[in-house]
Amino acid sequence: MPTITIREALNQAIREELARDERVFLMGEEVAEYDGAYKVTKGLLHEFGPKRVIDTPITELGFAGLGVGAAMVGLRPIVEFMTFNFSILATDQIINSAAKMLYMSGGQFNIPIVFRGPGGSAFQVSSQHSQAIESWYAYFPGIKVVMPSTPADAKGLLKSAIRDDDPVIFIEQERMYGNKGEVPDDPDFTIPLGVADVKREGTDVTIVARSLMVPIALKAAEKLAEQGVSCEVIDPRTIRPLDIDTIIESVKKTNRVVLAEESHPICGVNAEISSQIMEKAFDYLDAPIKRVSGVDVPMPYAKNLENLAIPDVERVIAAVREVAYLDQ
Amino acid sequence: MASKVIMPKLSPTMEEGQIARWLKKEGDKVSMGEPLAEIDTDKATMEMQALTNGVLRKILVNEGESAPLGQLIAIVGEPNEDISALLSEASAKVETPKPAAAPAEAASAPAPAAAPETNGHAKQEAAAPSSGRMIVSPLAARMAAEAGLDLRSLQGSGPNGRIIKRDIEAALSKPAATELKRGTKPLRFHAAAVATASPYRDEPASEIRRTIARRLVTSIGPVPHFFLTSEIEMDRAVEMRKGINALDPDLKISINDIVIKVIATALVQHPAVNASFQDKFVRYYERADVGVAVAIEDGLITPVIRSADLKSLSQIAGEVRELAERARSRKLKPEEYTGATFSVSNLGMFGIDEFTAVINPPEAGIVAVGAVTAKPVVRDNEVVVRQMMRVTMSCDHRVIDGATGAKFLQTVKKILENPLYLVV
Repeated sequence: MPTITIREALNQAIREELARDERVFLMGEEVAEYDGAYKVTKGLLHEFGPKRVIDTPITELGFAGLGVGAAMVGLRPIVEFMTFNFSILATDQIINSAAKMLYMSGGQFNIPIVFRGPGGSAFQVSSQHSQAIESWYAYFPGIKVVMPSTPADAKGLLKSAIRDDDPVIFIEQERMYGNKGEVPDDPDFTIPLGVADVKREGTDVTIVARSLMVPIALKAAEKLAEQGVSCEVIDPRTIRPLDIDTIIESVKKTNRVVLAEESHPICGVNAEISSQIMEKAFDYLDAPIKRVSGVDVPMPYAKNLENLAIPDVERVIAAVREVAYLDQ
Repeated sequence: MASKVIMPKLSPTMEEGQIARWLKKEGDKVSMGEPLAEIDTDKATMEMQALTNGVLRKILVNEGESAPLGQLIAIVGEPNEDISALLSEASAKVETPKPAAAPAEAASAPAPAAAPETNGHAKQEAAAPSSGRMIVSPLAARMAAEAGLDLRSLQGSGPNGRIIKRDIEAALSKPAATELKRGTKPLRFHAAAVATASPYRDEPASEIRRTIARRLVTSIGPVPHFFLTSEIEMDRAVEMRKGINALDPDLKISINDIVIKVIATALVQHPAVNASFQDKFVRYYERADVGVAVAIEDGLITPVIRSADLKSLSQIAGEVRELAERARSRKLKPEEYTGATFSVSNLGMFGIDEFTAVINPPEAGIVAVGAVTAKPVVRDNEVVVRQMMRVTMSCDHRVIDGATGAKFLQTVKKILENPLYLVV
């Protein structure tokens, strides 16, 4: 299997799906002539032409609505947000139109659309451009939310998202585009939405992590193994629908849970996962569920403060040691 | 962190315990699992083990004094740790009202530091739920419930003394745990080496049991026997036998078959008798595998009716006949004549009225059965004729005490005199 970056894996997924289905088209700011702000759409204009790869004005609400309309009449748009920070402007189209149309039309209109782009913390771009907002979208029924953590997952999940008949929010981690990994080059390679992946097997503590937290959790697990603690790392990959069964199965084995995420703790995705574990595996818990989240402040610009605001390997290790009662 | 030593539940029916002896003095080092004190329960004197490492800082209940389950009786902590909080909690507890019937005892109890007017306040504190609340992880609570562990006997190692998985695992891996579990869940029996033999459980022989064993052995030989005789009115049993055999003459139920069945039934009701002394522990059997003494040409052999308590009279009769025949022709396999849990010997057919049988070790008892004979007996101040049978039970005193054996024999007598008990 070739080893490629997440950026290249996403590019392959879009290219393969553009080639596979002529109803698929791509639009967004700078996606065509400039090859995308993060170069995910490199070469696509050249290959598929301006009817399939379209540069839009800086009007998120406008082109998101355009995409929803196109989806209603049978096309399968991929809408890129330069970053998900700007999707905030388009939330009315995403939530009130895309997510609810199937329900409000009595099942007449599927909205097969993918809203994709980078999200999560970025490098020193301060509060407005460096934040994780997946819990906003995951909150609403009618929309799927996907967050890959490896090149293979990025490719397999994006292809599934493009083929899916419902609106999908696909959040790529801005710091992870350059991460490398093996990716199958089979054009039919897909990963189903709603299936978690056990990234590392273990017996003592379950760490649930997504997106940027997956490599951090894996590094923590490696260090903890040296301390004699065996961690199981689970990446849900899809936030909605959530594969809670895989998590519960793991909790029943380990009896202890650490939930890691970049986003703010309050009303975050891990608050939901924590609650579901409590409801479904209460009798299996040997310690309170411990969350490791982004600090509950707007993202600081200063490098030292930014480092403190984003969960790191040390904080995950400390949380694991706490739930495993290692320092008692 | 200083931890509380509380009065543990050491018998299923225990409500309070009396400190027989502290095995450690204040200031002594203690380590987890080490005996800390001997406690007299309603049943026996039991060792209480330390559940943490540290130094025995304070003894709060002195030798000879009693405390209800869960009461703080001592404090274990670091040598120089401040234990005043725990001490004040203890003094608050001491002031909880005692039964009025024991005023003298109350007066001699450790003098409460508080003056009478603060009594009410102290009582309130003692009643506050925060002081005595047990903190347990959901998993640990479930594990303890499943294992029949009393959480009050455990010391939590988690934050704020939270009882967690590893505490339950530690408690379950300690031999003392067997003691704590007894009675609160179905007893665990081990499979015996012979596939059909009764499963058993081994319990550590108590100090008193070992002393009795040592002393009695020096008195009369390796197995200290004693004998209990009872005369049993057999009219109803004889009638029942006739009735059954009238139903099907091929059954050929004998009085001895009925005795075997009754003894097996009584054995299961008196597990203390269905046991054997094994030096360091006493082995209790779950089923009654009854050895039946059969005379053969040059001696005696005791084929075993396995699980006789579960078998019907016709099954027992058939098996006894078949095993006895093969015994006489010397065709018994070793597993068919070894490993009984108790034995029966009958010389009634030889016209013997009463005799004593020698125990077949390691069984703890044997019942010697005499002939059924018509005798004049007094019933309601009238002399009447009844079918009487004398049985004499030989008991291994290392396991069975006089009253234990007598109660067993009482049950045997009760059932034989009213064989309907076999079907109720």
